[in-house]
Amino acid sequence: MASKGKREGREKESASALAEGVVAGDKRSLARAISKIERGDENLPALFSELYPRTGEAITIGFTGPPGVGKSSIIAKLIRLYRDEDKKVGVVSVDPSSPFTKGAILGDRIRLADHFLDKDVFIRSMGSRGHLGGLAAASRLAGMTMEAAGFDVILYETVGVGQGEVEVASAADTVVLCLQPGAGDAVQALKAGVMEVADVFCINKADHPQARGTAAEVRSILEIGHELDPDAPVPPIVLTRGDTGEGVAELEKAIEAHRGHLIETGGMERRRRASLRDFVISWATGRLEKEMEERLRGEDADVMERVYERRLDPIAASGKILRQA
Amino acid sequence: MAKVGLDGHDRGAKIIARALRDAGMEVIYTGLHQTPEQVVEATIQEDADAIGVSILSGAHMTLLPRIVDLLKENDAEDVLVFCGGTIPKEDIPKLKEAGVGEVFTPGTPTKKAVEYLRRAVPSAS
Repeated sequence: MASKGKREGREKESASALAEGVVAGDKRSLARAISKIERGDENLPALFSELYPRTGEAITIGFTGPPGVGKSSIIAKLIRLYRDEDKKVGVVSVDPSSPFTKGAILGDRIRLADHFLDKDVFIRSMGSRGHLGGLAAASRLAGMTMEAAGFDVILYETVGVGQGEVEVASAADTVVLCLQPGAGDAVQALKAGVMEVADVFCINKADHPQARGTAAEVRSILEIGHELDPDAPVPPIVLTRGDTGEGVAELEKAIEAHRGHLIETGGMERRRRASLRDFVISWATGRLEKEMEERLRGEDADVMERVYERRLDPIAASGKILRQA
Repeated sequence: MAKVGLDGHDRGAKIIARALRDAGMEVIYTGLHQTPEQVVEATIQEDADAIGVSILSGAHMTLLPRIVDLLKENDAEDVLVFCGGTIPKEDIPKLKEAGVGEVFTPGTPTKKAVEYLRRAVPSAS
């Protein structure tokens, strides 16, 4: 089939030609470059070395929170505001993959359908599993590829469950935690994890009778943090409605105020450096992990047999595959 | 997986999406009432290998060729288009003629759709 040959040809296209397409703003090039990230393609290092110098200018915002609170709906309304300011918007939307098959149903696009035909909005879905260097690194690469393609605002969306998902959002300049009314105990449970990385709190479904109560509850938790550490500002809490867009302009202002504060205090530089450092560590760890897997399958195949038979302990075995013993 | 046109029944699309997921594929579901333009744009941005269109409205002879044409216009004719739904037998050869890879009618076991995609798009899983 001729068309199939064409697709295979694309797999082999040179990294620099593809990078050129991305930088020129060609959507198919951008889409294919992100596919290379997802596949862990051998051309990825060459491709990214050309794209990376063109990143770092975009506004990046991470959205996280439990499933069903309305993250995608809020993002859809927020995109409208950024488009009114003539900013180009890229969205990296992560949905859970099945732990058994690695398959995934990616449904966040449904809420973003209004923006499908806007040439200055680019939406990409990603499954959460099977990325070299971890989910946060892979989604970050996708977002940076969009930056290189000239997008001004990059939105990262993940379900706020599990460390990997939270890391996706927390790699952004501003982290928005979306919650919904009537989830009192859920807020308590979130306290120790994702609550701490959030810069702006968004209580969606503001028309719900318990919306103000939930906002008050969140505020009381955040104020405890402020009492314990008076230097830490109390993050703003914004009430929104994803269906009507009510409150989304306030959300945008709160995000902007957070950015302003970060830039003023030098926090932005610290934050971006930390996030790049995390990226390097997780990418290196991912490569190491892959190599260790290969050693266990190949030259060190006997090591695991000895562990199974209780002749070698697992800690010593790890030293062996690391070539330390 | 896409639902195009004025057709509000997406149980079939959801069942196929789930079957493909269980076969290890990544499935993007566009939601209801999409235009062919929206579906093709989503396909390009997601760099999808195949588009599965579920149609129960009777508009398949209009909407499916439109999707195939839009793919061509966007230099994306390498994307496989297949469909499922209430398609009269006599339309099936016409759809295939128009560039639709396969047509599944009601009652098709999900396994058949999975096997077809695995064959037609070896990189899918």
